[in-house]
Amino acid sequence: MTAQDTQEATGQKSPDQKAPDQKATGPEATAGEASVGGATAGKVPMVVAQRVRKRFGQLEVLRGIDLEVGRGEVVVLLGPSGSGKSTFLRCINHLEQIDAGSIHVEGRLIGFRRSGGHVHHLRPREVTRQRRDIGMVFQHFNLFPHQTVLENVIEAPVGVLGLSKAKARKTAMELLTRVGLADKAASYPRQLSGGQQQRVAIARALAMRPKLMLFDEPTSALDPELVGEVLATMRDLARDGLTMLVVTHEIGFAKEVADRVVFMDDGQVLETGTPREVLDSPANPRTRAFLSRFL
Amino acid sequence: MATTQPPATRDDAGKAGPTPGAVPDVDVAGASPVRHPLRWLAVLLLAVLGAQLVHFLITNPHFEWGTVGDYFGAQIIGQGIATTVELTAIAMLIGIAGGVLVAVGRMSENRVLSTVCGAYVWFFRGIPVLVQLVFWYNLSALLPRISFGVPFGPEFISGHTNTLITPWLAAILGLGLNEAAYMAEIVRGGLLGVDQGQTEAAAALGMGRARILRRVILPQAMRFIVPPTGSQVINMLKATSLVSVLALADLLYTVQSIYNRTFETIPLLIVACLWYLVMTSVLYVGQSFIERYYARGATRQAPQGFWNFALFRRRPDASSPSPSTSADSPLSKEET
Repeated sequence: MTAQDTQEATGQKSPDQKAPDQKATGPEATAGEASVGGATAGKVPMVVAQRVRKRFGQLEVLRGIDLEVGRGEVVVLLGPSGSGKSTFLRCINHLEQIDAGSIHVEGRLIGFRRSGGHVHHLRPREVTRQRRDIGMVFQHFNLFPHQTVLENVIEAPVGVLGLSKAKARKTAMELLTRVGLADKAASYPRQLSGGQQQRVAIARALAMRPKLMLFDEPTSALDPELVGEVLATMRDLARDGLTMLVVTHEIGFAKEVADRVVFMDDGQVLETGTPREVLDSPANPRTRAFLSRFL
Repeated sequence: MATTQPPATRDDAGKAGPTPGAVPDVDVAGASPVRHPLRWLAVLLLAVLGAQLVHFLITNPHFEWGTVGDYFGAQIIGQGIATTVELTAIAMLIGIAGGVLVAVGRMSENRVLSTVCGAYVWFFRGIPVLVQLVFWYNLSALLPRISFGVPFGPEFISGHTNTLITPWLAAILGLGLNEAAYMAEIVRGGLLGVDQGQTEAAAALGMGRARILRRVILPQAMRFIVPPTGSQVINMLKATSLVSVLALADLLYTVQSIYNRTFETIPLLIVACLWYLVMTSVLYVGQSFIERYYARGATRQAPQGFWNFALFRRRPDASSPSPSTSADSPLSKEET
């Protein structure tokens, strides 16, 4: 977490450079931080999404999403399938390109660059660079099947960050120990259960020392009895202060771990607040209808 | 259970075992197998035909087995084989390297590049190899001189086409460029066979496009690429015999030039057939080994031991589901 602290310090110095962006997000930023508490006051939030729009052909999947995630905050995105939660998550690390609005991570505009009052697309290489600090965990794990568990975890640290294999291996073993799979280091992903694969996928993402972790329905492809082990790992990360944005249908997890719950439907944010506010006494009728299915 | 009064007709309802007498008591252990009398008839027929073939091979004097034996190990035949192997290897290398480039180009987001690569495949797959070979060989009739330099400007290097494009180079160009078109389609199919989630996961880790291709996609695509490439190599080995029309001394041209002199046509063609069979058999075995290498991680089974593989033993129960959740599965300890 020391790396994060230094990053926060540099983030603080950059306002002059990011001044135009700050001006636009100013009022919302204060509002967002108020809900998180004083801890992040005065710092650039981890994620700021403004009026994000995205369409796939005729279908508009995101219809003006405004969302903010503070440092160290755990935000759970809830909503019926097809509501745009996953798409929004994939826009944050530019796996999907947004059509309108903007997304900033640590004050950096994602996928685009401003110069002279004009916005330009970033080159693929620059987008790749931006993704390093954003970890992502997928519904279907997407481990590299031709590599062992250990090779999966060290692939990016060695290939992208340029760490020595010995050093990467040491960190990888620490992370695998943390997710309880050190004894599986030499196994291939297909020899593991779904829950074990997902925990390896979490370790693989953590190996890049991300400042933000995106979880895209991490337990949806798992057998019910394997969900718990993955949620326990995620709970552990949240306790350590990792900033997490989680798309899930696990209401219990949201209640227990989330700092804030965001309810989305039909490409819009309908309701946002503490788990108690949104889950126990939802204001919006659609949120109420959605939650009633989980009783 | 004990307190409930069971219906009168089913006094043992609630017991786990079957009702005695409801079905006959049968045990299928030790059942006789189904008989296949027609199979025995077929074996008999084939045995007769086989005996006839052997008789024909031994008694027909035109085979001249002695001559076959004399030439089989002859040095000049060895030189022809060397040329055939060399042409196969170089043309295949050009084909594979070119194929990967063209396949990646075809899948590029760059429209100009993908169109050019598509046109390449269309052109070279659309013309018979023999025609391409003869065309390269006769290039001098179209282009007497070849020069490299600034377009419409000064020349740096130039020379007569006939000295630049030797029969050997014509053969390499004809076979290699044609092969690249086929390999491009094979490689493209392999790349498309890898799950899109792999690219996304790698991109999310901050890997660049080239690295994703090299470290994540290609190694997995190899499982789909190797088997058809193996048959391409075997095809190429046989296709090199076409270069005999360019008077290039490959295996076929060598035996032809001998029997044109000695009129021992059949024995020499048999020598060629035997050597082609030997070479393709070696390639077949080599291909199996490469396939096994790229299959690692593809199944839940631990990699098969060498001798099991070499002796073509089947994996025990390859189709049965493995206990994926058991923490102490022996699989995780066996693999290397």
